Amino acid sequence: MEHYMMNLTLKVWRQKNANDKGGFESYPVKNISSEMSFLEMIDVLNEELIRDGKDPIAFDHDCREGICGACSMYIDGRPHGPWEQNTTCQLHMRAYKDGDTITIEPWRANAFPVIKDLIVDRSAFDRIIQAGGYISVNTGNAVDANAMPVEKDKADAAFAAAACIGCGACVAACKNSSALLFVSAKVSHLALLPQGSPERKSRALNMVAQMDKEGFGACTNTGACEAVCPKGISITNIARLNAEFSLAALVSQ
Amino acid sequence: MKWSEMFTSSIGKKLVMSLTGIFLILFLIVHVSLNACIWAMDGGEMFNKGAHFMGSNVVPRILEVGLFAGLLLHIIQGFMLEFQNRSKRRQGYAVAMGSKGSKWYSRSMGILGSLILIFLVVHISDFWFPNRSNQGFLLGEEINLYDKMQVTFQELWVVILYIAGCISLAWHLLHGFQSAFRTLGVSNKKYLALLNATGIGFSIIIPFVFAMMPVSFYMGWV
Repeated sequence: MEHYMMNLTLKVWRQKNANDKGGFESYPVKNISSEMSFLEMIDVLNEELIRDGKDPIAFDHDCREGICGACSMYIDGRPHGPWEQNTTCQLHMRAYKDGDTITIEPWRANAFPVIKDLIVDRSAFDRIIQAGGYISVNTGNAVDANAMPVEKDKADAAFAAAACIGCGACVAACKNSSALLFVSAKVSHLALLPQGSPERKSRALNMVAQMDKEGFGACTNTGACEAVCPKGISITNIARLNAEFSLAALVSQ
Repeated sequence: MKWSEMFTSSIGKKLVMSLTGIFLILFLIVHVSLNACIWAMDGGEMFNKGAHFMGSNVVPRILEVGLFAGLLLHIIQGFMLEFQNRSKRRQGYAVAMGSKGSKWYSRSMGILGSLILIFLVVHISDFWFPNRSNQGFLLGEEINLYDKMQVTFQELWVVILYIAGCISLAWHLLHGFQSAFRTLGVSNKKYLALLNATGIGFSIIIPFVFAMMPVSFYMGWV
């Protein structure tokens, strides 16, 4: 792919803290290489802002290789930008051309309050995991890897669900700010494996209860979450969770 | 988990929408089948017999109460969910996501449902209400519903309103049919494919047949 340089205009959401009203600010960015990543482009802008004695744009990032789920930008009306099954850190500037204007917003949901600029508080996801996203294991020596037989199909489906990195793009994309794709991936991942069976029922009930408590909306099966998921988590998991939850609720005391 | 906790959870509320939705889908099959008797070309004799059965037999009259209960539950729960879901994002986006990843009708179930509700108010006051009030709301004398249809559908604007109602229903069903089964927990790809195809067929055929009824009267085909 041919290398080129570009000048862009960024419209970025700036908000000092959770109580600040916030608003958009425009920044011209010059001499951006098509081989830079999106976050490197922001780094360049931030270096300039720091040089000018201004506050740099706060944004979440960690591994910068698409596996941690930290980066969370809503770019031009789509979580993680225009590419399919991609995280913001893996979005590269070859997706843009000279003269483009890019609008960057934080994830929007009551359950994800803005901490600063583009950083939102996603600890609601941690509390959902704490409510049931675990399994019981015996302490002592590690069990032999193949001691427990798992059907190949189920292992594959569980692995596909386990690919969820908890970035919250599903919530950001959903018109109801529903976290059901995230919760269903976590529940499916463990429900499909024998290791997850002791807490199978309480897990579905408790994780959904915690999700509701955190203020996420109800799922209406629009499919927007699946379309933006960087890990391609299928909404079939949501249907599986619906069954897990309903059956667990029906047989519970 | 108590029943009340189950049905007030986010998934429980959707279960209510799903179960009442499937119940209303089943009602549509009964309604469209009976009404199709207008095409028997016998001056409405067969249709009126069917209507008489539905209005005079005690079993359909009891089921009718269940139908209104199910309909009301679907409407009230639907509005509550719509408002609750909308309140979950206090601050919206400057650049809307729009149709990147979802169909417009899947995001517009509240609006489509409201359009159907407006249509239903007109529709029920056109036929059900005059007929039942003539019966004293019990098992009294019915009116000739075939003649009533004949008169009602001479007005062009009524025919257009009914067609618009059927179009709203078609879009509502196109999302609702398959979504209801997903909410019930059908995750098997084989069955989901079958339900998707059935849903598309149902959403097109049933509203089309309904829409052809006022058209047939207006055009003088029956």
